[in-house]
Amino acid sequence: MNLKNYISLIKKGFKIKNFINYFVVIAVTLIFGLISGIGGLNRSTLALLEQIGYSVIAAVSLSLVVGFLGELSLGHAAFMSLGAFTGSLFQNAVFPSLSSSAPLLSLILAMIIGGIIAGLFGFIIGLPALRLKGDYLAIVTLAFGEIIKIIFQNMDLFGGVMGFQNKYRYDINSLFIVIFVVLLLALAVIQNLIRSKHGRAVMAVRDNEIAAKSMGVNVSYYKIAVFVISAVIAGVAGVLFANTQSTIKSSKFDYNYSINLLVMVVLGGMGNVNGTLLASTVITFIDVKLATILTGDLAVIKNIVYALILIVMVIYNNAPSLKKFRERFNLTNAFNALKKFILTLFNKKKKTKNSAEEVEFGADWSKIPTKIEMDAILSTDLKPDETYDPDVPDKGAKR
Amino acid sequence: MEVITTFLNGLSLGGVYALIALGYTMVYGIAKMLNFAHGDVIMVGGYTVMVFFNLTGQPLVAALIAVVFCSLVGVVIEKLAYKPLRGASPLAVLITAIGVSYLLESLAQIIFGSSHKIVMLADLGKLILGSLVIDLNTVVTLLSAIAIMAALTLFVNKTKTGKAMLAVSEDRHAAELMGVSVNKIIMITFAIGSALAAVAGTFYILKTPDVSTTMGAMPGIKAFTAAVIGGIGSIPGAMLGGILLGVIETVCNAIPALSNFSIAIEFGLLIIILLVKPTGLLGKKKREKV
Amino acid sequence: MSNTVLETKDLGISFGGLKAAQEVNLKIEKNQLYGLIGPNGAGKTTVFNMITGVYKPTYGEIFLSGENITGLSQVEINKKGIARTFQNIRLFNNLSVIKNVMVGLANRKEYKCNLAQSIFRTPAYYKAESAMREKAKELLDVFGLLDDRNQSASNLPYGKQRKLEIARALATDPRLLLLDEPAAGMNPQETEELMETIKFVRDRFDMTILLIEHDMKLVGGICDELTVLNFGKEICKGNTKEVLNHPEVVKAYLGE
Repeated sequence: MNLKNYISLIKKGFKIKNFINYFVVIAVTLIFGLISGIGGLNRSTLALLEQIGYSVIAAVSLSLVVGFLGELSLGHAAFMSLGAFTGSLFQNAVFPSLSSSAPLLSLILAMIIGGIIAGLFGFIIGLPALRLKGDYLAIVTLAFGEIIKIIFQNMDLFGGVMGFQNKYRYDINSLFIVIFVVLLLALAVIQNLIRSKHGRAVMAVRDNEIAAKSMGVNVSYYKIAVFVISAVIAGVAGVLFANTQSTIKSSKFDYNYSINLLVMVVLGGMGNVNGTLLASTVITFIDVKLATILTGDLAVIKNIVYALILIVMVIYNNAPSLKKFRERFNLTNAFNALKKFILTLFNKKKKTKNSAEEVEFGADWSKIPTKIEMDAILSTDLKPDETYDPDVPDKGAKR
Repeated sequence: MEVITTFLNGLSLGGVYALIALGYTMVYGIAKMLNFAHGDVIMVGGYTVMVFFNLTGQPLVAALIAVVFCSLVGVVIEKLAYKPLRGASPLAVLITAIGVSYLLESLAQIIFGSSHKIVMLADLGKLILGSLVIDLNTVVTLLSAIAIMAALTLFVNKTKTGKAMLAVSEDRHAAELMGVSVNKIIMITFAIGSALAAVAGTFYILKTPDVSTTMGAMPGIKAFTAAVIGGIGSIPGAMLGGILLGVIETVCNAIPALSNFSIAIEFGLLIIILLVKPTGLLGKKKREKV
Repeated sequence: MSNTVLETKDLGISFGGLKAAQEVNLKIEKNQLYGLIGPNGAGKTTVFNMITGVYKPTYGEIFLSGENITGLSQVEINKKGIARTFQNIRLFNNLSVIKNVMVGLANRKEYKCNLAQSIFRTPAYYKAESAMREKAKELLDVFGLLDDRNQSASNLPYGKQRKLEIARALATDPRLLLLDEPAAGMNPQETEELMETIKFVRDRFDMTILLIEHDMKLVGGICDELTVLNFGKEICKGNTKEVLNHPEVVKAYLGE
């Protein structure tokens, strides 16, 4: 196949909306890169940008597991810590001279090493995922996270409880640019995966594992692959995080940090990459800004708000009794109504665009039957004399 | 002689874990959900005991109030956060439970601050038998735990409500058809589970007189481990798992080389048990129908 | 080379002590429409689950076109050429209709494209993707679902969901299609339409079909041969008309 064919194939499936988030990230990078170039960014703004960058990378990697594979990982911070410690070890102890002579190369190598190590552990944690799911797997990931934390705390190589002294770090003035480039790459990896047959297979496993198997989807392979890819990206995020810290403590990567990441994914709308991007940016921004206003025990007000938002969001999105309410009042409807309204304002003759746009990745868990529902469905055999009631279209399926 | 003391300490810690594990296992068995916030109910119990002990000076009164208050908290959590999600995906319920856990911890921090509080509930002294020194607090904890577990077993197997609970855990829809009010049973389960958590919280303070917003998190997760080891959904399993875990932890802590890793060892055990025998020691296997 | 697509020899399974199915001997010829019937709890779905690898049989063997496939995994059996639908519809509810079919297409050799090729978007990716999309559209068109292709599967009406499940199964390019109570929950008119669809599938795709059904009208109307199960055992088999009038069968269905 020659280049011309290749380009024409790319053009054929090209949808501008699939690329918007790349453009936004590029634009943000360029704008702040320019301001930074003329010396217009102070230390705290730089720190904010860095923090947003690595948080978004970590959150997006988690959303691959939670939103697309449909499994809950409560130990995602552990993958970050693996990347952070091994990457920093490389930058500081293995090649300190390289870190000072060619810092970017050193950082890239550190990211590769951190990513590989985290990926290795992603493979290990993916193995239980073959046997366990739901609550049990969530607990295993939590246990895994705690074990990793304790092991790092007790390894003298990594500074023990006192933490790892991180002397050789990448230049703080341009670190955020590296972080944003990595974010761009991470986005590309995740979105390219999702928009391929492999991504569809992953989502098929999420929606109905039994049916997926019967369609020849190699469930084990995809579960492991998702955990590995997600862990690699989280590990790289960890290396980037480490470069913002003078001391790396494993206690930073605790259960609470994993939950923070989860909050970002849930608020973004599970299985929605752009939502996760937005939510993690906003949350990190608020976190950093509030940290100067709410000090001491007051800082916890923020946590209360997060907890409440989390609860309310999940109930709103999933409660069976709110189904009708949800169908009437939701963002998509509001957005469509707005779009329609604007279109009619501008051009009354032009037909409004067919609203049956492809719903790309929206995961609505309310529609997945629960174990209990499943049991109910399965325990009642349909009787031959039962008729189908057109007013209840899914009578046979949901009883 | 130290060995015996360690073993007794392990048993009493195990008793505390068993009490918490019972809460997990009952809720899991009946409401089919992992109540992630269960550990934080222990913390609520801890603070309630602290407040009323400081007011009255009576540990028993404080404990009793904590039991009542925690039952209420448990029921309210169930009504507000979990009940709307009945019939929704397990993952949604789990995430909500995590949110509730987060909320309880944050609320406690707002009210009581993040500093740890020391609460000396009672010191019953020590029993000295020759070279054997036994802490009476330990003995009381162990005996009370055993008594409560026995009472609970009797309650579940002998009373009408208890039997209804068993029925709901076996087959919710069939139980409903037989006239059991599932909502009521789930509410009672949460009340009992939370009451047990309050009792466990009290004993926990008796052991380590330290009240903090995160005091429930670790015992909670460990007790969940215990429930899984014993076989989640099984009441005898929770007791067995709790006691096993308590002994393992105490023994690990007594060996200097392992003491730093006791939590890692317990969690490692959890992972191994889940992988090798996900149904735990006494659990039943359920297969998904196709 | 014989024309037998599926053959089971003394197939049986026991759960604990309970024998859910025993000594099931099916023999299905190419292009046949074969029915597996029996009262509730007779073990029909259990037989399906053994054939498709959900359960490993305790006794007996299963042959697909002469090849022993006993004990293979669900995924392997699907790759060997058996696809199925489910009694209670199991679609990928949050995926669009066309993507449901594309999941089924993914294993076909002609759409080869590994994980790395997908992530790096090599030409193989674009080629496979657009070819799969075209093929999926073709399949959906056959079932009259083309206009619904961008809807999410859970939004389809019941009858269309059943059709989509069949389309998705066919996407895996099977030589044997198993339909588990395809008419469950349908009204007489929809059942009529479904019968046409099933016959059409057999002819259009040159398919061999084994189906479980309760609806006697459907079974009598389209099946060439039947096997009747009761309490996990075969009580009768052969030509549809004869079987339906067999006294044992009448007894099993209507009682004494």
